[in-house]
Amino acid sequence: MTQATEIAAGIGSGRMRATDVMTACLDKIGRLNPVLNAFTAVTAERAMAKAAALDAAIAAGAAPGPLAGVPFAVKNLIDVAGLRTLAGSKINRDHPPAAGDAPLVQRLEAAGAILVGALNMGEYAYDFTGENVHEGPSRNPFDTARMSGGSSGGSGSAVGGGLVPLALGSDTNGSIRVPASFCGVFGLKATYGRLTRAGSFPFVSSLDHLGPFARSVADLAVAYDAMQGYDPADPVCVDRPVDPVAGVLDSGIGGLRIASAGGYFRTGASPEALTALDSIAAALGAADTVMIPEVQRARSAAYIITTTEGAALHMQRLRTRPDDFDADVRDRLIAGALLPAAAVAQAQKFRRWFREEMLKLFQRYDAILAPATPCVAPLIGQKTFVLDGKEMPVRPNIGIYTQPFSFIGLPVVAVPVPTSLSLPIGVQIVTAPWREDIALRVARALEIAGAAVAPVAKLEA
Amino acid sequence: MDEAALDAMIDTGTTILGIEMKPEWRAAVRMHLGISLSHAAVVLEAPLPDHLDPAPVFRA
Repeated sequence: MTQATEIAAGIGSGRMRATDVMTACLDKIGRLNPVLNAFTAVTAERAMAKAAALDAAIAAGAAPGPLAGVPFAVKNLIDVAGLRTLAGSKINRDHPPAAGDAPLVQRLEAAGAILVGALNMGEYAYDFTGENVHEGPSRNPFDTARMSGGSSGGSGSAVGGGLVPLALGSDTNGSIRVPASFCGVFGLKATYGRLTRAGSFPFVSSLDHLGPFARSVADLAVAYDAMQGYDPADPVCVDRPVDPVAGVLDSGIGGLRIASAGGYFRTGASPEALTALDSIAAALGAADTVMIPEVQRARSAAYIITTTEGAALHMQRLRTRPDDFDADVRDRLIAGALLPAAAVAQAQKFRRWFREEMLKLFQRYDAILAPATPCVAPLIGQKTFVLDGKEMPVRPNIGIYTQPFSFIGLPVVAVPVPTSLSLPIGVQIVTAPWREDIALRVARALEIAGAAVAPVAKLEA
Repeated sequence: MDEAALDAMIDTGTTILGIEMKPEWRAAVRMHLGISLSHAAVVLEAPLPDHLDPAPVFRA
């Protein structure tokens, strides 16, 4: 699949037709989805109708949008008219179909993109694995025996496998950045409150974000620009002017002060994660190392808020339908329900403290680099891995490097880096609140330098 | 963390909350409760000023 902006340029100039692009996309999904299990629904009829309408509109002289004819798919916690919003669960199969599309779907389609389906995910977004007991796991396009990462596993798998050039996911503790890392694609988690979450099934309101996956920085930026804007339907969405970034991507990184995160972020990281981080720092000429204070406690506080808000959200379902949960999710949620409330209040106080400390760091640096995951994708079904010499459970610990940043809603771009294991790994570019432009400019500079690359996985001869 | 104490917390908490606790779930719930409580301990040890406001977003 050609990248999103190439498709839009081809269709906009009349060199390509949206119906041809869509036919090829649906054909590829039909061939490769049985391998990757990335999609849980394919909206082929809707997509072909939209593509035909777009071709007709362009033939009649209509101006094509910046995403004209670009196929995209969304994590199945995002509303799609006529589909049940599963959020990876069996229980939500009993819900009525969504009456309309989520605002982010509407905004992408208003820019010309065309929805092709809904994507697999971990149950209720409480995983970092991409495993799903009800649908089967979505698979890593670079090694289908391995995890796609989660919880937006289908999003990473579909984009990394080249089934679609653009996908949406959600990120509460790393659920965009982890699958982006494992599946070798770019992912953007914007500032908390930047992109509306209306029309999506929640997990942890204090920490939930939605955002895009793509195989180029320009694609990420164009999609992000199309989705920006206040939405009173999400009480967390902040009413502030749109800050378009696509036009400034190539303005370079001269003068930007960039440092690598040390200490916690180098402890437990595999050689591949550290090599990737160091190669990205070297490509940017970022020699400084910055120590982020109390980052372990930030991760713990995010963990507490997540498990308790998640338990509260699902309390009635835990009481009435415990056997219908994925056991891995249910057992964590039950544990979360038992935690002392004082820890939750303290975690929210600590969140304020940690934010203030990070803002001080951003007076010294414009961007901070950190690994996205401690290792490349584990094997599907793998329950433990070794971190810092200790055997640890996989599911709660893949997000150790992503959790501290989503905890305070900082914008992050995950960039894909090749490793010697023939599997990709991601590096996070973290910036001050509302400075997605800087993170994307840095990512673009890395793309131009060839340090961050998102090749399509070779899934067929 | 003491396994018996975790089990007591599981039994009391799930009873009070009206959540079923099947024997085959116990080992996993105990593991996750132990992990979560160790994170809670880290958070509760934070030496935060009394006047610090919590951070949830709410706008009337």
